[in-house]
Amino acid sequence: MDIQQIVNLVGTATLQTLSMVFFSTVFSLILGLPLGILLCVTDPATGIMPKPVLNQILTRIVNVLRSFPFIILMILLFPLARVIVGTSIGTTATIVPLSIAAAPFVARVIESALKEVDPGVVQAARAMGSTNFQIIMKVLLPEAMPSLVSGITLTIINLIGYSAMAGAIGGGGLGDLAIRYGYQRFRTDIMVVSVIVILVLVEVIQVIGTKISSHLIAKR
Amino acid sequence: MQIRLNSLCRTYGDVHAVQNVSLTIPSNIIFGIIGKSGAGKSSLVRLISLLEKPDSGEVYYDDERVDTLEKDALIQRRRRIGMIFQNFNLFSSRTAARNVAYPLEICGTPKDEIKRRVSELLELVGLADRGNAPVSTLSGGQKQRIAIARALATKPDILFCDEATSALDPQTTHSILQLIRDIQKKMNLTVVMITHQMEVVRDACEQVAVLDGGSVVEQGTVEELFSHPKTAVTKDFLSHISSQDAIDSATEKEGELVRWSNDGGEYALRFVGSKTGEPVLSRLSRKFNVEFNIRAGGIQRLPENEIGTLLTDISGDKKEVEAAIAYLKEQGIIVEKLSKGEAD
Repeated sequence: MDIQQIVNLVGTATLQTLSMVFFSTVFSLILGLPLGILLCVTDPATGIMPKPVLNQILTRIVNVLRSFPFIILMILLFPLARVIVGTSIGTTATIVPLSIAAAPFVARVIESALKEVDPGVVQAARAMGSTNFQIIMKVLLPEAMPSLVSGITLTIINLIGYSAMAGAIGGGGLGDLAIRYGYQRFRTDIMVVSVIVILVLVEVIQVIGTKISSHLIAKR
Repeated sequence: MQIRLNSLCRTYGDVHAVQNVSLTIPSNIIFGIIGKSGAGKSSLVRLISLLEKPDSGEVYYDDERVDTLEKDALIQRRRRIGMIFQNFNLFSSRTAARNVAYPLEICGTPKDEIKRRVSELLELVGLADRGNAPVSTLSGGQKQRIAIARALATKPDILFCDEATSALDPQTTHSILQLIRDIQKKMNLTVVMITHQMEVVRDACEQVAVLDGGSVVEQGTVEELFSHPKTAVTKDFLSHISSQDAIDSATEKEGELVRWSNDGGEYALRFVGSKTGEPVLSRLSRKFNVEFNIRAGGIQRLPENEIGTLLTDISGDKKEVEAAIAYLKEQGIIVEKLSKGEAD
């Protein structure tokens, strides 16, 4: 009975966590990828599309959002979640603040991956008459792919951590379970199982990410 | 395609990288631009190849002014320029063949034509069997060959080589220069070769400009430059090449300066072209009361001509020696007095 209950609770919570992490990864990429590209190409140092003022503004915004404590950002973003998904409680609602909180992180990760691309290669592409769009799509992104994959892996792992924190304010998922049962009802067994599942998730994501990244490098 | 530069200037911060450079690069030749590091070569090539705009001055390709081109026109113009680099700058995410395909892809060339053209180009540079190879598995020479194929994909009329052989060993350098010369003839290209190696100028170029401190200090055919070097910079380049070669191999390579005595060699005599066949020295010994002690000698082979160099002491009465030197100069031989140790 006890085991059955744990399996049920943890199973549901795991599915909730997976769906939160999956969707917030997708949405944070949709927000963060263009922002990261913009941060890279508008930087006068890379010289692809130098726009110093825009670059400064974006850098500031990203820095402020990144240094904001996540739990406070979540609370601030609840009204937005209500506008977008109609509620501010539960798994679906949590995806909104999670995506927005992770977007600046994704932007930075993408930016630093793209900046690793050899400037000489970009110069060659430019000398051949590539448009800026072609430099981004056909040179920067493919050349940076292994680093991009590592960066996205890191993002997913971060989001697993964030989603556990989101549990504390009613977001659902494994973090929520660990707090409600493990902490508030002294169910250490559920707490332990929840934590183990989270650790396994992180490990699996890390292994898959490293595999893909090193496969991409090996092909070169 | 002729390239004409008119009073080009470019400043970075307070560094005058390019100062008032005016230069005409004739159509269909290999033109060398030689200079030490920091002489402004890279800055100049970025201006000529339209990667950067000059602060002042003009760049013309034939009669078209190109430094003022903007956006689409600039991109279209760049697509008809080929460029290769010291570090090859190949795309590591692409195979050799797909690197060559890149310039065609960005012009929207149809797929089957890209395929046809890529295999043609791989054939041209002698790497038809390495098309599917990832770039990292190629040797330096092979990488530069792929880079050349990529630069030529869109059938450009100008090819810029920015220190294209500086990362390669002498043998590979030789074969790459040979390839560039072959291609230049085949495709009627104007090739601009930026280098700090006099050997490259000697082996590949027809005309050359010497760059120092951001300005052109000397310019002419390679023959003129080797036989009548005017500036200290040029002489320095030439003396470097002689001693370097002498050290490299005394016997095995034909045509290098061979030194059989480590001291002496007060004068450098340079014989150009037909003069290499005349018995000038023995005639001179009979005519004047002087003696020669030859310390080093060799022949520099240029693409079109050859220049003999002898390092020698001339001993005898001071007046006789002076008269002998005057006679040599009369015969069209270039006599240069070397300070002790300079030839080393």
